[in-house]
Amino acid sequence: MTVSDLGRWFVREVLPLEAALMQFLRRCVRNEGDAADIRQDVYVRVYEAAQKKLPDPVKPFLIATARNLVIDRMRREQIVSIEAVADLDELDIAEDRPGPERNTIARQEFRQLQSALEHLSPRCREAVILKKIEGLTIREISARMGIGVDTVNEYLAIAMVGLANRFNSESGRGGAL
Amino acid sequence: MSEPGLEALWIGTNATDVAAARFLARQQSSDWNEVDQADLDAWLAQSAKHMVSYLRLHDAWTRADRLAALRPPMRKSPNAPYALSKTIARLTAGFVLAAGAVVFAVANFRTAPAETTYSTPVGGREVIALTDGSQVELNTDTVVQINSANPRAVTLIKGEAFFQIRHNAASPFVVTAFGHHITDLGTKFAVRGTPRRLEVTLIEGRARVDSEGPNKASAVLSPGDVAIATASTVSVTKKPSATLSDQLAWRQGMLVFNRATLAEVAAEFNRYNARKIVISDPETAHLALMGKFPVNDVDLFGRVANAVLGVRIVHRGTEVVVLSKPHEK
Repeated sequence: MTVSDLGRWFVREVLPLEAALMQFLRRCVRNEGDAADIRQDVYVRVYEAAQKKLPDPVKPFLIATARNLVIDRMRREQIVSIEAVADLDELDIAEDRPGPERNTIARQEFRQLQSALEHLSPRCREAVILKKIEGLTIREISARMGIGVDTVNEYLAIAMVGLANRFNSESGRGGAL
Repeated sequence: MSEPGLEALWIGTNATDVAAARFLARQQSSDWNEVDQADLDAWLAQSAKHMVSYLRLHDAWTRADRLAALRPPMRKSPNAPYALSKTIARLTAGFVLAAGAVVFAVANFRTAPAETTYSTPVGGREVIALTDGSQVELNTDTVVQINSANPRAVTLIKGEAFFQIRHNAASPFVVTAFGHHITDLGTKFAVRGTPRRLEVTLIEGRARVDSEGPNKASAVLSPGDVAIATASTVSVTKKPSATLSDQLAWRQGMLVFNRATLAEVAAEFNRYNARKIVISDPETAHLALMGKFPVNDVDLFGRVANAVLGVRIVHRGTEVVVLSKPHEK
């Protein structure tokens, strides 16, 4: 399997589980930053495992990985919340819930995207609107916003992170874990 | 970067995401070339961490293409979503009201008749509504007596209770417990005691604690005060409101521990459950835990202690025994 095959697999099979993963992680740890850190660790482990052999099905593997990382962290910090423990138990059971139908998912995604856009800081939002909605080039955006190309790039980069975090933060793609 | 405040927007983003997003942003330019691509490829090849971060941001950014649907003239009428959200708000309000009614209907209220003793078993909890509008909430394994001649005189015989008093200056509400009197001056307070030690926690208003002991010790409490009354003294300390609400979590059927030792955790659980937690050795008893548990879920405690602290749990008859964690060889 080539790198790009693996990448496509990751985007197709793993990323859609992010909303559910984050919902779970948020209940286990105290702040958003910690949840994001664990999310990243989960992805790295899943990706590295996939380099050797694609986990199939993905969901139980992702769940087991998240669960292990959370338990490691609880051990380290001796902190636990009742929600986390309850979820650790529920995760196995609730695993193969049928997702909402495709159409609903599409609408949900669109709403999430709009809400994600609203949560960006004003200049970031402006840059994204000019790029994605008005379809301008980076140079045109630079002229329109009256800032350098590098600064446009920087706003877009910040927006990309904001969109990804926000987009995947609300329950959407893939349903609950 | 010349834009004010731009750097601050990165706060909270980890370094890998910052780097990946910068690559991705530059990739949006028409002057992105093979050298740039080679840089990106090399960076991605460095670690799976780089790869997953890039894949994730790339995916989100691609999905944001749907925003093109907002391009005029396809732009939606701004009134439509507003009307919808108003409808949703109305529906939600209706639901909340309905849910409130259900809770009210099932809550275990009872109007106190004349001379009565109220008690709860181990693990029990009960709310007693008094005829004067005051309310007494009994925690586990608790006994109170309510005087027939004066409903504003309650005696705590055993255990713990939370009082919400309808204040009446002409007729003070008095709780008697183990030789101490707590006189309400417009109050919500909790009383927990044994014959040797009474603890009064004041949540709202004011109350006075008077001891019958030889010293006639007395103290007036204001919110946040915890009075500890023994046979001879009354001492008062102030506690932060977070601690107070943790202490009163039993009213929601929960126990909250904030770095409590297993010995303390076991003692608390044992107040509520017939199955008793026993800690096998002093070293294990000193391990600390944070967490929030349903008062009756001893098994959950066992699983958490095992997962978090590594201690072993065995069941012996009605005892749940906590054994030291296996020592590494």
